[in-house]
Amino acid sequence: MTAPVLEAEGLRKSWGGVAAVDGVSLSVHAGEMLALIGPNGAGKSTCFNMLNGQIRPEAGRVILLGRDVTGQAPRTVWRLGVGRTFQITATFGSMTVLDNVRMALLSHHRRLFSLWRPAALQYSAEALAALARVGLQEQADRPCAVLAYGDLKRLELAIALANEPRLLLMDEPTAGMAPAERAGLMALTARIAKQAGIAVLFTEHDMDVVFGHADRILVLDRGKLIAGGTPEAVRADARVREVYLGGGVH
Amino acid sequence: MDSLIVQALNGLASASSLFLVAAGLTVIFGVSRIVNFAHGSLYMLGAYLGWTLTAHGPLAQLGGFFGFWGGVLLAAAATGLIGAAIEFLLLRRIYRAPELFQLLATFAVVLIVQDLTLLIWGPQDLLGPRAPLLRGATQIFGLRFPRYELFLICVGPVMLALLWLLFHRTRFGILVRAATQDREMVAALGVDQRKLFTSVFALGSALAGLAGALQLPREAVNLHMDMAVIVEAFVIVVIGGLGSLGGAFLAALLIGELHAFGILIFPRITLVLAFLVMAAVLILRPHGLMGRKPSGLPPASIASPPLPGTPKWLAQAGLVALVLLLVLPPFLGDYTLSVMADMAMMVLFAASLHLIMGPGGMASFGHAAYFGAGAYGAALLAKHLMAPMEVGLIFAPFAAGIVGLVFGWFCVRLSGVYSAMLTLAFAQIAWSTAFQWVEFTGGDNGILGVWPSEWARGKLVFWYLSLALCGLGVVLLRRVLFAPFGMALRAQRDSPLRAEAIGIDTVRVRWVAFAIAAAAAGMAGALFAYGKGSVFPSFLGIPRSVDALVMVLLGGVQTVLGPLFGAVAYTGLQEQLSRVSDLWRLVLGFAILALVLFFPGGLAGALRAREERA
Repeated sequence: MTAPVLEAEGLRKSWGGVAAVDGVSLSVHAGEMLALIGPNGAGKSTCFNMLNGQIRPEAGRVILLGRDVTGQAPRTVWRLGVGRTFQITATFGSMTVLDNVRMALLSHHRRLFSLWRPAALQYSAEALAALARVGLQEQADRPCAVLAYGDLKRLELAIALANEPRLLLMDEPTAGMAPAERAGLMALTARIAKQAGIAVLFTEHDMDVVFGHADRILVLDRGKLIAGGTPEAVRADARVREVYLGGGVH
Repeated sequence: MDSLIVQALNGLASASSLFLVAAGLTVIFGVSRIVNFAHGSLYMLGAYLGWTLTAHGPLAQLGGFFGFWGGVLLAAAATGLIGAAIEFLLLRRIYRAPELFQLLATFAVVLIVQDLTLLIWGPQDLLGPRAPLLRGATQIFGLRFPRYELFLICVGPVMLALLWLLFHRTRFGILVRAATQDREMVAALGVDQRKLFTSVFALGSALAGLAGALQLPREAVNLHMDMAVIVEAFVIVVIGGLGSLGGAFLAALLIGELHAFGILIFPRITLVLAFLVMAAVLILRPHGLMGRKPSGLPPASIASPPLPGTPKWLAQAGLVALVLLLVLPPFLGDYTLSVMADMAMMVLFAASLHLIMGPGGMASFGHAAYFGAGAYGAALLAKHLMAPMEVGLIFAPFAAGIVGLVFGWFCVRLSGVYSAMLTLAFAQIAWSTAFQWVEFTGGDNGILGVWPSEWARGKLVFWYLSLALCGLGVVLLRRVLFAPFGMALRAQRDSPLRAEAIGIDTVRVRWVAFAIAAAAAGMAGALFAYGKGSVFPSFLGIPRSVDALVMVLLGGVQTVLGPLFGAVAYTGLQEQLSRVSDLWRLVLGFAILALVLFFPGGLAGALRAREERA
């Protein structure tokens, strides 16, 4: 087996004395869809935010492609090849769909402080190609603010993929979407991930999405990993059933 | 040694009134999320009202003890009522408006109060009465120390204790604290928000009024009290942490002492010391000594549509206008030409502010600092090094840009209201440097004899020079706006989270934008200096910063051409106004209120809205 794209060892973070994440270790490999699940308050978001640098862990290390990136700022981690989507989509509301992707490309090519050449003349073909990948090319010139929520999610995916990342972090990728659209977005993500060999780590509440698309599942409860493995193994795990069906949440 | 003790006690005495003002500001902000720029005006009103009420109030006949203390308390109560009226008549209507408009509305109140105070009490400084029972001095460590100062020293801690009791032991106080944490939740629990907001505003205003009235025995009441105290209150609130009473108290002590001792060491520019302390605190604790990272603050910017390219008809109209501006001037009189040159400079000034306010999403209430930095840069070069105009015009944008880099370093690190307060504080510091450092800057007398070179002295040539340089400046700013940098600037405004997640260093982008805007403003300022032949501290004054803000908002923040329309309309209007009335502040204040209440999209915004409807 090849070396993992992302490896986390013993991550810990507490909020006001209560451990939100307590000694979590995990690894994701290229082309793999790894789901991180758990009941509300299990520490999924905290864990996630430590992986891409929004929160600095109290203990533990984050290794990306063999390089220690613990506590590095999100923008640094992005430059090293980590794309990210958010639970509530974060896009640039005052720009067109195309410009949203163009922005990521300009940043990738380190053109942010260029003051002269109009941005509209740069990386248009690449941006269109990135939109085509998620099926948004028809909407390239629409203002991003008028997109339907499902399209906005796909736009976010296109932005996150713009710099050819090695790892994609998706925080509840289908939250707020209509059930019918959820499977479509996840199938699209899985297809792109397999094609490009991108490792995908996602959190999710919708169990259909999780068991339908994850290659491997990790279960978090009260800050600790309690189970992990293939969807079948996790489905059969007694502790997981207990956490989800009662006893775990007071 | 003796004088050090006296100075220390002095510092404690001023700390008390500073604390009262800052406490009011912080309490009002906590609940309403509005930074009340008019808080200094309420302080000034408290002092003037106190002056009147101690002499002529209903309790004045009783004389002595009741006359004075009754007057002081009545002044505080009256100021509280005025504050409540402001909340009731104005702020209540704009709680849902963008932050910038709220700040601007309270700014308009500052202007209106200034002129009303001038109308009612006149321009001369007024000497207040001495405090009964507290006349004379007491011996401390063998030194004579005024009793009134000792009394003031006690006022601060006593008020802190009373406020603490109010906020922790009364229903009202608990509701205020609850609303400070989560407004929506308090409303959902069935609390009448309107009453709560009005009463909190009254409380905060009364605190400011009390602080003002208590100054009566210490200093003459004057028309500069409002700006002087609001800047200090901002510095205190930033150092202490917005929303923290304890922090305000600590910071007030710090600044009070700093002033007291600063006068011994650095008599001319004590404000610079406060600035250095603030800088140190912000580097170590970005949210103030006892402040926490603000949560749930509304974003500073307004959701805005994509930047439109230039439509064909507009490009053609622009071309026609340019031809007219080139061809007509030889047939115009000198006066018209200088008004037109001023307009060109104001267009560049407004466009520079627009870059950071519109695409940048930052509020600057002190943009005149950079205009003035350019003007003074050129003038100082002319005065001390006999530099000709050409050198001055090249040097000015760099001078202003460097000032922008220094001030901006702090401003871009903070968000929304904090940043707005800092910009105002920095501008006031720049102003006081120009005003107080007489040996270098000429103080109030300014620097005279800053004339253009021989070839550019004619009004016609100077017009063409202004048009060329300001036109170039505006074109460059526009170019920047559509370049990748301008896009990154809009990106960090739209969604800082997404921007950071795709590798954009949002702080650095804002910083560079701040410096570019400062440099452009400096160019406008230098031209303005050569046009007038002199520079004065008023070039850096608050009114000029307000000018820029109004020009941008009048034109509309969301449009690229907004500042152009706004600057021309505003300069023309002011030109007319100043000819008919001395009360320009009053008129301007009401004009701003009308703008905020009725035209939140500005002139160009209104035009475009009409076009879209058609």
